[in-house]
Amino acid sequence: MAFYSTSEFKGGLKIMLDGDPYNIVENEFVKPGKGQAFNRVRVRNLKTGRTVEKTFKSGDTVEAADVHDTDMQYLYNDGEEWHFMDPESFEQMTANAPAVGDAAKWIKDNDMCRVTLWNGVPLAVDPPNFVVLKVVETDPGLKGDTSGGGGKPATLETGAVVRVPLFVQTDELVKVDTRTGEYVSRVKE
Amino acid sequence: MTTILLTACSEAGATWQPSAPLANLRARAELLAKLRKFFAEVGVLEVETPLLSTAAVTDAALASFAVHHANGEPCGYLHTSPEFPMKRLLAAGSGAIYQICKVFRDGERGRRHHAEFTLLEWYRPDWNYQQLMDEVAAVVRLALAQPTLPIEKISYRELFRNRLALDPWTVSTAELQTAAQTAGITNAQQLELTHDGWLDLLLTHCLEKHLGQNTLTFIYDYPPSQAALARIRMDAKPVAERFELYLQGIELANGFTELGDAAEQRARFEADLAERQTQHLPLPPIDEHFLAALAAGLPDCAGVALGLDRLLMLAINTTHIDSVLAFPIERA
Repeated sequence: MAFYSTSEFKGGLKIMLDGDPYNIVENEFVKPGKGQAFNRVRVRNLKTGRTVEKTFKSGDTVEAADVHDTDMQYLYNDGEEWHFMDPESFEQMTANAPAVGDAAKWIKDNDMCRVTLWNGVPLAVDPPNFVVLKVVETDPGLKGDTSGGGGKPATLETGAVVRVPLFVQTDELVKVDTRTGEYVSRVKE
Repeated sequence: MTTILLTACSEAGATWQPSAPLANLRARAELLAKLRKFFAEVGVLEVETPLLSTAAVTDAALASFAVHHANGEPCGYLHTSPEFPMKRLLAAGSGAIYQICKVFRDGERGRRHHAEFTLLEWYRPDWNYQQLMDEVAAVVRLALAQPTLPIEKISYRELFRNRLALDPWTVSTAELQTAAQTAGITNAQQLELTHDGWLDLLLTHCLEKHLGQNTLTFIYDYPPSQAALARIRMDAKPVAERFELYLQGIELANGFTELGDAAEQRARFEADLAERQTQHLPLPPIDEHFLAALAAGLPDCAGVALGLDRLLMLAINTTHIDSVLAFPIERA
């Protein structure tokens, strides 16, 4: 089992706290003029996404979390789990619903995703920042309105619902920013 | 903030340039010149003492770098402050002295910490710590070019009573732990700290940031368990004649009415070593030269150490020590 001393703490370091893997967001070393030094850290729970503050006595050690990111290709969903493949080794892996989370509403077959592995098992899936998806359902816009003001909801092929300009029609392709869930542009086939 | 800088530093090959803007290095040179002029005018002698010593500080909260000869044999330690040899000069009759030097404290790194940093340390024979606080204020006002910066003095006990409704002299360790949790230190129940460790936790997490807002705030009269090298005054509740200076939430200086009793000093060193043993820390040799000087007679005096990198940070209004260092350790 690997351990980190507080002197190795820095942003991005993955550590175990109370049985969960955490990412160090920010580390601050504090010490009174004379006396005990502390590391005040902000850490993000990689399972829940919640950020909390923790204080350590400087010099203490913390168990390292075996967490790393890898780029994998999304293959398909078998109704229960999402299947991914390492494009270099062709090794396949499955991720469950909590790990896939919100990514499920953006990804379609063959998309490249950032998969975070904890002890070799997918912990989180990040979709590509931008995806191009087909509109499967939206109200027909007013004829001749190309201003886009106001907008309307559109259901995409993956099930996601985004706000699009009035001129966007069913069966057209749209580009969406998955980080904000916002429509970016219309895409010609 | 630290994160960004350290990440940038880890890109090897791109780090030959100084982390401090050149204007800040010019400000450093001006500060040093100002300080030397000040001490020349008030008749305090500049001295130099060894950075490399065969003995080391015993305080368990200070880690000395151990140095080896070229053949791998142990050689000595880099000093964490020039206190011991400067007191030997005082015992030898030097009169008032000051030193501007690099000191080294292993494991200290952050926005306000760098293992190698610059200390201004000075001693005033026949002065007590109250008189020295006033001179420290004069030096800081001069360095910051703020001649009217207000001064306040609060005792350590008043500080804890006013802000946390605790008396450090009578509070129990369990009460301190509860206070830390109440104050929002979420995992306080998981920390294993000594009585002074809990006081340090409350000071660094809850009190420091409020200290010295546009004011030179001196905290003085510390618990005897935090005396370090200060003389203990035998009031009804004994206090250590020690002070700390804070400005804008930053700890700038630490001073004492200096302990001159060789036997008591040896007892404190031995207590430090016992604490180090408990914590499985290295056990460096006690500085016998220093104890011999005390036995020969240290004049009554007060002394103070002031962090010049932090003073410079305040003078030019920057929040990260790397912006006043030419080359921090990651690019040294």
